[in-house]
Amino acid sequence: MSRWRRGDDAYADAPDEPSTTRRLEPSRLRPADVVGAAAGGLGGRKLRTALSALGITIGIAAMVGVLGLSESSRADLAQEIEALGTNLLTVEPSGGFGGGDGVLPEETVSKVARIGPVELVADVVTLDAAPLRNDLVSGNETGAIDAMAADLDLLDTLKGEVADGVWLTEATAATPNVVLGAVAADRFGITAIDEGTQMYLGGEWFTIVGVLDEFPLSPDLDRAVFIGKHAATAVFDAELNPSVLYVRTTPEQIDAVRGVLPSTADPESPDEVSISRPTDVLEAQQAADSAFTSLFLGLGAVALLVGGIGIANVMVIAVIERRNEIGLRRALGATRAHVRRQFLTESLLLSALGGAAGVGLGVAVTYGYASYEGWIVVIPRIAVVGGFAAAIAIGAVAGLYPAMRAARLAPTEALRA
Amino acid sequence: MTGMNAHHPSRPPALELIDVVKEYPGTPPVRALDGVSLRVDTGELVAIVGPSGSGKSTMLQVMGTLDRPTSGAVMVDEIELSTLTDRKLSAARARLIGFVFQQFFLLDGATAVENVSNGLLYSGASKHTRLRRAARALDRVGLRHRLHHHPNEMSGGERQRVAIARALVHDPAIVLADEPTGNLDSASSESVVSLLRDLHDEGRTIVVITHDRDLAASLPRQVAVRDGRLDESASHLVGVSGAVS
Repeated sequence: MSRWRRGDDAYADAPDEPSTTRRLEPSRLRPADVVGAAAGGLGGRKLRTALSALGITIGIAAMVGVLGLSESSRADLAQEIEALGTNLLTVEPSGGFGGGDGVLPEETVSKVARIGPVELVADVVTLDAAPLRNDLVSGNETGAIDAMAADLDLLDTLKGEVADGVWLTEATAATPNVVLGAVAADRFGITAIDEGTQMYLGGEWFTIVGVLDEFPLSPDLDRAVFIGKHAATAVFDAELNPSVLYVRTTPEQIDAVRGVLPSTADPESPDEVSISRPTDVLEAQQAADSAFTSLFLGLGAVALLVGGIGIANVMVIAVIERRNEIGLRRALGATRAHVRRQFLTESLLLSALGGAAGVGLGVAVTYGYASYEGWIVVIPRIAVVGGFAAAIAIGAVAGLYPAMRAARLAPTEALRA
Repeated sequence: MTGMNAHHPSRPPALELIDVVKEYPGTPPVRALDGVSLRVDTGELVAIVGPSGSGKSTMLQVMGTLDRPTSGAVMVDEIELSTLTDRKLSAARARLIGFVFQQFFLLDGATAVENVSNGLLYSGASKHTRLRRAARALDRVGLRHRLHHHPNEMSGGERQRVAIARALVHDPAIVLADEPTGNLDSASSESVVSLLRDLHDEGRTIVVITHDRDLAASLPRQVAVRDGRLDESASHLVGVSGAVS
């Protein structure tokens, strides 16, 4: 045990703080010590800290996840639109595809093909022939599948892909061969092309030579089976008036082409021709997604608000429970500002902890779900930075009242508690 | 021992209360201190003794700047404190005064050395300096082997020694101990009182507030308090009166 006298050896090895200058020097609390004291306050109540940070975590995770997934989905859709091209137009008689009444003149394809900026054009003709899996099935049980005669350029025009087998060729288009749309194949239970597999179409047997992937721009075609135009005329004696025309133009001239298409397709009744751009549907889908994003962001904000109230509640309880500690700190020389700063920092740490966990969880959810869906993973910086900043702001607001309450506590009252 | 009790004109007073009045609001107002004047010289060990409700705790709060007097002057280390701002009073507590409480008030989550270093927390000293001095203070109170133990791993006597080390670590002008043995068994009480005497021998100025007349009688100077006034006659019952007016 060493002997220790005031003013001599106690400061002998601390020349940086000589006793002659220490009289009523203001109390000082280093920033690192503010954080240390705040962390100590939280560390003493780990479970309560974790539970009270959970509200903020859920709120921030929801917001980051919603923004991340929305952006990932949007990026994926944008990439898809980019890949499919926004330079595709469909031409159909007013009254709608599948309405059954309207058709276009037979020479429409060749006339449209002559428009300068048109790169590709293909049509489909809806046939009055029931596609059935076999001849044992009733003629009404087509599974809402249409039979169509298709141009050989259809696949290229729509940038479609063959899932299995082959698309129609000059040779297969002239004989009873059929290619199934993605949904049609699924309804008929065709998952792979086996040589010689046939289906019963309009009372004739057709050999299935291919199954297509989905057409993102023309989902109606997924519910169709396609035969060649030669086969349609040979087998069913069908007239080849186009039901729908698909036109791929140079991207810069799409509006100009759109302007001349009605009169080109049907000079006698241009008003009865309807022109549309399939990517408009996908863009509308993006807009609809944005509406859902706003809704979920609103829900995340509510969770965040509830989390903030939770933090304020926990901090008020902490101030009540730790009155003795507050009194002790005042006795040790803490000013009101030091006490206020400690409790405010504690609230900020709590919300920062919740915010960081929320951002991490939101990023993980976005990464996991977007990967699962095969989307491009996009974590918007605004979601990460904004989410964390929102957590800090909530912590500051939630901690302000408890911190002021702690600071207002008189030392004698605090020590008496 | 009597030599310790006499005032030394050469020594500056560590603490002076001059005609201190403390009233709490009410109808009528409650007068907890009624014109108390007391001088504690540097290096003195003084017991302030009185029954419950006599005003001794109020006196400690006023001496320690935890509360302000309604009128009168409080001087610590020759600095008049009663008119200072709240910030300056905090500075006075951080630099001039050390407290020892009956309930110890140690932070459970902190080790002994961390608890003691908190005595320097508001001095602006670096963490390294605080821990170094805290270790030395714990060594001084005989707890070198307990530096890294938490309060719940220590006996009541050891905890109070940690609290005493915390009160000493910033080298205050005066140590105010409020019922320092109030929560201790007799053996621990004896060791704490013995430590206070040793510190006094080394030149520390210590004021012990207690209701325990035996404890007060064992200290070099006693000041009795009754109904908010220094009680000269009662001071004689426990020892030698040191109150001045």
